[in-house]
Amino acid sequence: MIEAQAITARHGANAVVRDVSFAVAAGESFGIVGESGSGKSTLLRVIAGLHEHWSGGLVIDGMPQGRRRPRGFGRVAQMVFQDPYGSLHPRQTVDRALAEPLIVQGFGHDRARILAALDAVGLEARHRFRYPHQLSGGQRQRVAIARALMLEPKLLLLDEPTSALDAAVQAEIVALLGRLRAERGVTFILVSHSLAVVAASCERAAVMQEGLFVEEAAIADLRRGNLRDPYARELFAASLGFRRG
Amino acid sequence: MSMIGAWLASDTPSTYRQAVAGRFWRGTLGLRHQPMILTGTSIVLVFAVIAIAAPLIAPYSPTAQDLALNLRPPSAAHWLGTDELGRDILARLIWGARITLGIVALVSVITAPIGLILGCAAGYAGGWIEAALMRVTDVFLALPRLILALAFVAASGPGIENAVLAIAIVAWPPYARVARAETLALKHAEFIEAARLAGASPLRIVLRHILPLCLPSVIVRMSLDMAGVILTAAGLGFLGLGAQPPSPEWGAMIASGRQYMVDQWWVAAMPGIAIAAVSLAFNLLGDGMRDWLDPKQK
Repeated sequence: MIEAQAITARHGANAVVRDVSFAVAAGESFGIVGESGSGKSTLLRVIAGLHEHWSGGLVIDGMPQGRRRPRGFGRVAQMVFQDPYGSLHPRQTVDRALAEPLIVQGFGHDRARILAALDAVGLEARHRFRYPHQLSGGQRQRVAIARALMLEPKLLLLDEPTSALDAAVQAEIVALLGRLRAERGVTFILVSHSLAVVAASCERAAVMQEGLFVEEAAIADLRRGNLRDPYARELFAASLGFRRG
Repeated sequence: MSMIGAWLASDTPSTYRQAVAGRFWRGTLGLRHQPMILTGTSIVLVFAVIAIAAPLIAPYSPTAQDLALNLRPPSAAHWLGTDELGRDILARLIWGARITLGIVALVSVITAPIGLILGCAAGYAGGWIEAALMRVTDVFLALPRLILALAFVAASGPGIENAVLAIAIVAWPPYARVARAETLALKHAEFIEAARLAGASPLRIVLRHILPLCLPSVIVRMSLDMAGVILTAAGLGFLGLGAQPPSPEWGAMIASGRQYMVDQWWVAAMPGIAIAAVSLAFNLLGDGMRDWLDPKQK
């Protein structure tokens, strides 16, 4: 589904992603764990075509990708952002937000598809004409997920989709994402600072530190702490400490 | 009535129309706590009604001369007195409201959209497009408004249409500034990136996603500017470059009353009071709008 070769991304003169290569098979769920500033979000934005200053090779769904993405790219990959308060237009109703991708891609304002999408993310028809400020954080994130799924993309990029939410809602969203993936066979790339979230939703994960992939492991190894890299082990130990506390 | 109220206040609107109506309803309710907006709007509305109903309420024709009755002080027959040609000042003020409010409306209609679109486009495009557009606005902002407007009117010839055009030409750059600043702040918002990711064209993003969010700041700026537009129009009229006689434009009325200011003060004072009242009303409206709409103030 996606093959990344020696991706290097810059913010000004700083290389925040350095020489990262990985591949994710169709239908797989791949996690990227790292602390803030490790470059994991930038990597995701490079894949989405939202960050232009990068070099390396990127093939998504068999198509080599350049700096600018063609309009149809929206039907291949979509993204769910970290902050559900910032990712919905404050003056647009849920209906408008969900219709936008359809209209832009030439499907028109399809009422049935909007209702189906609301249903798929556990929202009801009565939420359809609400403004974001009339929704809770969890409901907003569900709208953002529904919006990302409107075009039935093959690849879903998740940028810390749960970290702005409280623990109970986090669990709901993780469960929702798991269910959607099982139903639709969408490929996931999930970025998170939390090993627990990645362990709950991914089959394979990479640990990222200062722009580098320092470890790539199956989720079973990650769970057991069966890791080579000292930093990855440290991150694992930290997550255990957090759980005990 | 209560059913309509409940429909409007509903937190769970069931149609798009209800959602939009509800948003406006909540906004209108918020107006109750904005005495400045209410006062400003009422004064402006009074003048607007006067302007629209001018033929019905003006006691005399604004141009009918009666040299036997010139420069009379306020009396029962002529509430605000008469001018040097014996024309009724009240009638002239009432007809002049049309000109003044017409200028304000025309200038706003011309400048706000131009400034808004240019500013949003510049902010979103960035690079050389932004540099070029913003340097042009800087050129306009560098010169005092009235002087620049004077130069344009002097070049194109006096008259009300040219005055409107001149004011419009000098009035749009601040809107472009405001809109650009807002756009720069919004451009990297996640909901804009989501629209980009959906495949929306830059034009669509600017017009459908960014522009509506810049609108409140521009409206605030516009209502604050209206008083300035009135003063500039009156200034041009006063200098003889705006409305031409016998048109009852307030600035021109002050100019002709200037010669009699010491002995017949009402000739210049009445239009002066009218200008002051309308400017004050627009200022109140603008200040109130800023308090009400500007999210940074909350």
